[in-house]
Amino acid sequence: MTRKKNQTTTRVQGVELDFISEDKLATMTAIEKIRFILDEVRSSKILVLERGLTPEEEAKLIELTMIEITPDGFSGIEIESYPTKQNTSIFGKIFGKNTTRTRLTVIGPADKLKTIKKDRDMITAIVTKQ
Amino acid sequence: MPIKLFSWIKKLFKKKRMARIGIYGPPNAGKTTLANRIVRDWTGDAVGPVSHIPHETRRARRREDITIEANGRTITLDIVDTPGLATKIDFHEFMRYGLEEDEAKRRAKEATEGVIEAVKWLEDLDGVILVMDATEDPFTQVNVTVIGNMEARHLPMLIAANKIDLPEASPTRIRSAFPQHTLVPISALEGENIETLYDEIANRFG
Repeated sequence: MTRKKNQTTTRVQGVELDFISEDKLATMTAIEKIRFILDEVRSSKILVLERGLTPEEEAKLIELTMIEITPDGFSGIEIESYPTKQNTSIFGKIFGKNTTRTRLTVIGPADKLKTIKKDRDMITAIVTKQ
Repeated sequence: MPIKLFSWIKKLFKKKRMARIGIYGPPNAGKTTLANRIVRDWTGDAVGPVSHIPHETRRARRREDITIEANGRTITLDIVDTPGLATKIDFHEFMRYGLEEDEAKRRAKEATEGVIEAVKWLEDLDGVILVMDATEDPFTQVNVTVIGNMEARHLPMLIAANKIDLPEASPTRIRSAFPQHTLVPISALEGENIETLYDEIANRFG
């Protein structure tokens, strides 16, 4: 049910792309998000997150990815997101509110997803079948 | 809220003289070359070996009590040279540099452990020098992640746009990618513009 509501799945030449809504990720804890992402990527799916991970979550994802790398098996992930945005309002600073705004993120297995070019406003990637 | 406000006021009036600074960046950006340059300039010693093969540094190396005098200030730093951050490590890449399969696999295993160590160090630092290869695209995920972590922790950061001795280097590209951060174009290998880097280290971390 939840999957139907929050997730749209498209098959493109044998490679599955999952578009994950902000709402779905918002219901998960940090470790749940990372586990979900790694499980999906390890099953050869490409994920497009409507809102990405916080910088701390990204660092944790890198850490857990390294643990799962094996020779001749999983070689890691390709992840691309736009730089996060910070709330620069005086109100936010005074009250110490952490208002990092995460942005669209693409994650996939390193052997299937290759980033061609990335700049502030555009990510160009190719997905390969292996 | 009051705790946050008080700690900000305390920081404002307290002159910090000691800082633990991590040197971060992707593999082969020149982190160890820079760490060697800083440590050699101020102590006459070195931190570790460098190589054209990625992930030469697979253990974080910390050098304590590096005293830098620049811009009329004196600052004592602990310098932590960290392994290159990456999201993927494939031993086949090392074989392309001529390593035997067993050696390449061992290097890959050690490299993954090094990345974990580098990530864990992020929690124990007072600031970061992010080394970027000025001949490469600056929008790598590693750069975005390190910058995001420093911004989220409200810790000072300095970007060293390295390898400006190479003709294809473009520090301007990095500056326009991350305009909110102080950037110093350098050649860690040749020592070019390194005095400016020391001035900025004293300004940012002193």
